[in-house]
Amino acid sequence: MPHSSLLTDDEFLDSLRRQMLKFATMQLSDSHLAEDAVQEALIGALKNAKSFGGRAALKTWVFAILKNKIADALRQKQRSVAAGSLLHEDEENEDFAALFDTKGFWQKDERPAAWPNPEESMRELQFWRVFEACLENLPGNQARVFMMREFIELDSVEVCASVGISIGNLNVMLHRARLRLRECLENKWFLAGEHVC
Amino acid sequence: MLNCRDATCLLSESQERTLSLKERLSLKMHVMMCSGCRNFSDHMHKLHQIMHAYAKGEDVRSPRSPRSP
Repeated sequence: MPHSSLLTDDEFLDSLRRQMLKFATMQLSDSHLAEDAVQEALIGALKNAKSFGGRAALKTWVFAILKNKIADALRQKQRSVAAGSLLHEDEENEDFAALFDTKGFWQKDERPAAWPNPEESMRELQFWRVFEACLENLPGNQARVFMMREFIELDSVEVCASVGISIGNLNVMLHRARLRLRECLENKWFLAGEHVC
Repeated sequence: MLNCRDATCLLSESQERTLSLKERLSLKMHVMMCSGCRNFSDHMHKLHQIMHAYAKGEDVRSPRSPRSP
Protein backbone atom coordinates (compact mmCIF):
# COMPACT_ATOMS: atom_id res chain seq x y z
CA MET A 1 0.00 0.00 0.00
CA PRO A 2 1.39 3.47 -0.90
CA HIS A 3 2.37 5.35 2.25
CA SER A 4 0.19 8.39 1.71
CA SER A 5 -2.98 6.31 1.64
CA LEU A 6 -2.44 5.22 5.27
CA LEU A 7 -3.78 8.65 6.10
CA THR A 8 -6.97 8.11 4.19
CA ASP A 9 -7.51 4.48 5.19
CA ASP A 10 -10.32 5.14 7.63
CA GLU A 11 -10.77 1.53 8.59
CA PHE A 12 -7.11 1.12 9.54
CA LEU A 13 -6.98 4.42 11.42
CA ASP A 14 -10.15 3.61 13.28
CA SER A 15 -8.91 0.22 14.40
CA LEU A 16 -5.55 1.70 15.42
CA ARG A 17 -7.31 4.44 17.36
CA ARG A 18 -9.44 1.89 19.21
CA GLN A 19 -6.40 -0.19 20.19
CA MET A 20 -4.65 2.93 21.47
CA LEU A 21 -7.69 4.08 23.40
CA LYS A 22 -8.08 0.69 25.05
CA PHE A 23 -4.46 0.73 26.18
CA ALA A 24 -4.49 4.37 27.32
CA THR A 25 -7.75 3.94 29.23
CA MET A 26 -6.40 0.88 31.03
CA GLN A 27 -3.26 2.75 32.03
CA LEU A 28 -4.82 6.07 33.01
CA SER A 29 -8.25 4.92 34.31
CA ASP A 30 -9.64 8.15 32.95
CA SER A 31 -11.33 8.28 29.57
CA HIS A 32 -10.78 12.02 29.05
CA LEU A 33 -7.07 11.86 29.76
CA ALA A 34 -6.89 8.77 27.57
CA GLU A 35 -8.69 10.51 24.67
CA ASP A 36 -6.31 13.45 24.93
CA ALA A 37 -3.21 11.27 24.96
CA VAL A 38 -4.41 9.23 21.97
CA GLN A 39 -5.37 12.34 20.03
CA GLU A 40 -2.00 13.98 20.56
CA ALA A 41 -0.10 10.81 19.73
CA LEU A 42 -2.06 10.26 16.52
CA ILE A 43 -1.67 13.83 15.34
CA GLY A 44 2.05 13.73 16.11
CA ALA A 45 2.52 10.49 14.20
CA LEU A 46 0.36 11.36 11.21
CA LYS A 47 2.30 14.55 10.62
CA ASN A 48 5.22 12.29 9.77
CA ALA A 49 3.23 9.55 8.11
CA LYS A 50 5.17 9.88 4.87
CA SER A 51 8.27 8.38 6.42
CA PHE A 52 6.63 5.07 7.34
CA GLY A 53 7.22 1.77 5.64
CA GLY A 54 3.65 0.66 6.24
CA ARG A 55 0.99 -0.10 8.80
CA ALA A 56 3.16 -2.07 11.22
CA ALA A 57 5.77 0.69 11.38
CA LEU A 58 3.12 3.37 11.88
CA LYS A 59 1.57 1.35 14.68
CA THR A 60 4.90 0.97 16.48
CA TRP A 61 5.69 4.65 16.06
CA VAL A 62 2.32 5.81 17.27
CA PHE A 63 2.51 3.55 20.34
CA ALA A 64 5.99 4.87 21.15
CA ILE A 65 4.57 8.39 21.21
CA LEU A 66 1.50 7.30 23.15
CA LYS A 67 3.73 5.62 25.73
CA ASN A 68 5.50 8.91 26.42
CA LYS A 69 2.21 10.82 26.67
CA ILE A 70 0.90 8.26 29.17
CA ALA A 71 4.10 8.37 31.24
CA ASP A 72 3.81 12.16 31.47
CA ALA A 73 0.13 12.00 32.39
CA LEU A 74 0.74 9.35 35.05
CA ARG A 75 3.56 11.31 36.63
CA GLN A 76 1.35 14.40 36.84
CA LYS A 77 -1.67 12.56 38.07
CA GLN A 78 -0.39 10.52 41.03
CA ARG A 79 -3.85 9.36 41.93
CA SER A 80 -4.59 7.96 45.31
CA VAL A 81 -6.47 4.71 45.37
CA ALA A 82 -7.05 2.91 48.63
CA ALA A 83 -4.11 0.57 49.09
CA GLY A 84 -5.04 -2.99 48.34
CA SER A 85 -8.05 -2.15 46.24
CA LEU A 86 -6.23 -3.46 43.21
CA LEU A 87 -5.47 -6.81 44.75
CA HIS A 88 -8.11 -9.43 44.28
CA GLU A 89 -6.72 -12.12 46.50
CA ASP A 90 -9.53 -14.59 45.99
CA GLU A 91 -9.48 -14.42 42.23
CA GLU A 92 -5.71 -14.59 42.04
CA ASN A 93 -4.83 -17.18 44.65
CA GLU A 94 -5.86 -19.86 42.22
CA ASP A 95 -2.80 -18.93 40.13
CA PHE A 96 -0.63 -20.30 42.86
CA ALA A 97 -2.67 -23.41 43.57
CA ALA A 98 -2.36 -24.48 39.96
CA LEU A 99 1.40 -23.90 39.82
CA PHE A 100 2.67 -24.98 43.24
CA ASP A 101 1.81 -27.85 45.58
CA THR A 102 0.70 -27.26 49.16
CA LYS A 103 4.33 -26.97 50.32
CA GLY A 104 5.05 -24.34 47.67
CA PHE A 105 7.10 -26.50 45.29
CA TRP A 106 6.43 -26.71 41.54
CA GLN A 107 3.69 -29.10 40.51
CA LYS A 108 5.37 -31.75 38.39
CA ASP A 109 3.91 -30.63 35.07
CA GLU A 110 4.29 -26.91 35.81
CA ARG A 111 8.04 -26.93 36.41
CA PRO A 112 9.68 -24.42 34.02
CA ALA A 113 11.62 -26.04 31.18
CA ALA A 114 14.63 -24.72 29.28
CA TRP A 115 13.65 -22.41 26.39
CA PRO A 116 15.26 -23.23 23.09
CA ASN A 117 16.63 -20.26 21.15
CA PRO A 118 14.78 -17.19 22.47
CA GLU A 119 16.95 -14.87 20.37
CA GLU A 120 15.88 -16.63 17.21
CA SER A 121 12.23 -16.51 18.29
CA MET A 122 12.43 -12.75 18.65
CA ARG A 123 13.11 -12.48 14.92
CA GLU A 124 9.88 -14.29 14.05
CA LEU A 125 6.68 -12.38 13.43
CA GLN A 126 4.58 -15.24 14.79
CA PHE A 127 6.43 -15.10 18.12
CA TRP A 128 5.36 -11.48 18.65
CA ARG A 129 1.75 -12.38 17.86
CA VAL A 130 1.85 -15.05 20.55
CA PHE A 131 3.55 -12.64 22.94
CA GLU A 132 0.86 -9.98 22.41
CA ALA A 133 -1.83 -12.59 22.94
CA CYS A 134 -0.18 -13.61 26.25
CA LEU A 135 -0.07 -9.96 27.37
CA GLU A 136 -3.76 -9.64 26.47
CA ASN A 137 -4.52 -12.63 28.69
CA LEU A 138 -3.14 -11.10 31.88
CA PRO A 139 -5.90 -10.11 34.33
CA GLY A 140 -6.67 -6.37 34.12
CA ASN A 141 -4.87 -5.08 37.20
CA GLN A 142 -1.81 -7.26 36.75
CA ALA A 143 -1.64 -6.18 33.12
CA ARG A 144 -1.93 -2.53 34.06
CA VAL A 145 0.95 -2.42 36.56
CA PHE A 146 3.10 -4.82 34.55
CA MET A 147 2.78 -2.67 31.41
CA MET A 148 3.43 0.51 33.42
CA ARG A 149 6.60 -1.02 34.76
CA GLU A 150 7.93 -2.85 31.71
CA PHE A 151 6.37 -1.16 28.67
CA ILE A 152 5.98 2.46 29.73
CA GLU A 153 9.11 1.83 31.81
CA LEU A 154 8.24 3.79 34.93
CA ASP A 155 10.24 2.72 37.97
CA SER A 156 8.59 0.90 40.91
CA VAL A 157 8.18 4.04 42.98
CA GLU A 158 6.50 5.90 40.13
CA VAL A 159 4.12 3.00 39.45
CA CYS A 160 3.14 2.84 43.14
CA ALA A 161 2.56 6.59 43.25
CA SER A 162 0.39 6.66 40.14
CA VAL A 163 -1.70 3.65 41.07
CA GLY A 164 -1.76 4.32 44.80
CA ILE A 165 -0.48 0.97 46.05
CA SER A 166 2.39 -0.05 48.33
CA ILE A 167 5.66 -1.47 47.04
CA GLY A 168 4.65 -4.76 48.67
CA ASN A 169 1.42 -4.91 46.68
CA LEU A 170 3.22 -3.97 43.49
CA ASN A 171 5.75 -6.76 43.98
CA VAL A 172 2.99 -9.31 44.52
CA MET A 173 1.23 -8.20 41.34
CA LEU A 174 4.41 -8.17 39.26
CA HIS A 175 5.36 -11.62 40.55
CA ARG A 176 1.97 -12.99 39.47
CA ALA A 177 2.05 -11.25 36.11
CA ARG A 178 5.54 -12.63 35.40
CA LEU A 179 4.50 -16.15 36.46
CA ARG A 180 1.54 -16.02 34.10
CA LEU A 181 3.36 -14.47 31.19
CA ARG A 182 6.22 -16.93 31.50
CA GLU A 183 3.86 -19.86 31.58
CA CYS A 184 1.88 -18.58 28.61
CA LEU A 185 5.02 -18.10 26.49
CA GLU A 186 6.29 -21.54 27.43
CA ASN A 187 3.01 -23.31 26.63
CA LYS A 188 2.01 -21.31 23.59
CA TRP A 189 5.42 -20.89 22.01
CA PHE A 190 8.59 -22.44 23.38
CA LEU A 191 7.15 -25.89 24.05
CA ALA A 192 4.18 -25.63 21.73
CA GLY A 193 5.59 -28.24 19.37
CA GLU A 194 5.05 -27.04 15.88
CA HIS A 195 4.54 -23.42 15.09
CA VAL A 196 4.19 -21.58 11.83
CA CYS A 197 7.43 -19.88 10.82
CA MET B 1 14.79 -23.56 53.22
CA LEU B 2 13.01 -21.59 50.51
CA ASN B 3 10.26 -23.26 48.53
CA CYS B 4 9.75 -22.59 44.81
CA ARG B 5 6.93 -20.10 45.33
CA ASP B 6 9.14 -17.92 47.56
CA ALA B 7 12.14 -18.38 45.28
CA THR B 8 10.19 -17.18 42.22
CA CYS B 9 8.93 -14.26 44.31
CA LEU B 10 12.52 -13.22 45.14
CA LEU B 11 13.58 -13.72 41.53
CA SER B 12 10.82 -11.36 40.44
CA GLU B 13 11.66 -8.86 43.18
CA SER B 14 15.32 -8.87 42.24
CA GLN B 15 14.24 -6.87 39.17
CA GLU B 16 12.72 -4.25 41.47
CA ARG B 17 15.29 -3.90 44.24
CA THR B 18 18.66 -5.16 45.43
CA LEU B 19 18.10 -8.29 47.50
CA SER B 20 19.65 -8.55 50.97
CA LEU B 21 22.66 -10.80 51.50
CA LYS B 22 20.52 -13.35 53.33
CA GLU B 23 17.97 -13.38 50.49
CA ARG B 24 20.69 -13.76 47.89
CA LEU B 25 22.32 -16.66 49.71
CA SER B 26 19.14 -18.61 50.32
CA LEU B 27 18.10 -18.01 46.72
CA LYS B 28 21.45 -19.26 45.48
CA MET B 29 21.14 -22.43 47.57
CA HIS B 30 17.66 -23.10 46.25
CA VAL B 31 18.45 -22.42 42.61
CA MET B 32 21.50 -24.69 42.77
CA MET B 33 19.30 -27.62 43.66
CA CYS B 34 16.14 -26.80 41.67
CA SER B 35 16.21 -26.97 37.87
CA GLY B 36 12.69 -25.49 37.62
CA CYS B 37 13.71 -22.32 39.44
CA ARG B 38 16.99 -22.21 37.53
CA ASN B 39 14.98 -22.11 34.31
CA PHE B 40 12.58 -19.61 35.86
CA SER B 41 15.48 -17.32 36.70
CA ASP B 42 16.73 -17.51 33.13
CA HIS B 43 13.21 -16.83 31.84
CA MET B 44 12.90 -13.69 33.99
CA HIS B 45 15.96 -12.25 32.26
CA LYS B 46 14.66 -13.28 28.84
CA LEU B 47 11.24 -11.85 29.59
CA HIS B 48 12.81 -8.54 30.53
CA GLN B 49 14.80 -8.48 27.27
CA ILE B 50 11.72 -9.38 25.26
CA MET B 51 9.63 -6.66 26.94
CA HIS B 52 12.40 -4.14 26.41
CA ALA B 53 12.63 -4.94 22.70
CA TYR B 54 8.85 -4.78 22.48
CA ALA B 55 8.68 -1.41 24.24
CA LYS B 56 11.41 0.00 22.01
CA GLY B 57 9.61 -1.23 18.90
CA GLU B 58 12.54 -3.44 17.98
CA ASP B 59 10.39 -6.45 17.31
CA VAL B 60 9.91 -7.61 13.74
CA ARG B 61 6.72 -5.64 13.32
CA SER B 62 8.88 -2.75 12.31
CA PRO B 63 12.31 -3.45 10.85
CA ARG B 64 12.77 0.16 9.78
CA SER B 65 10.72 2.02 12.34
CA PRO B 66 12.04 5.28 13.75
CA ARG B 67 13.17 5.52 17.37
CA SER B 68 10.99 6.84 20.14
CA PRO B 69 10.79 10.67 20.06
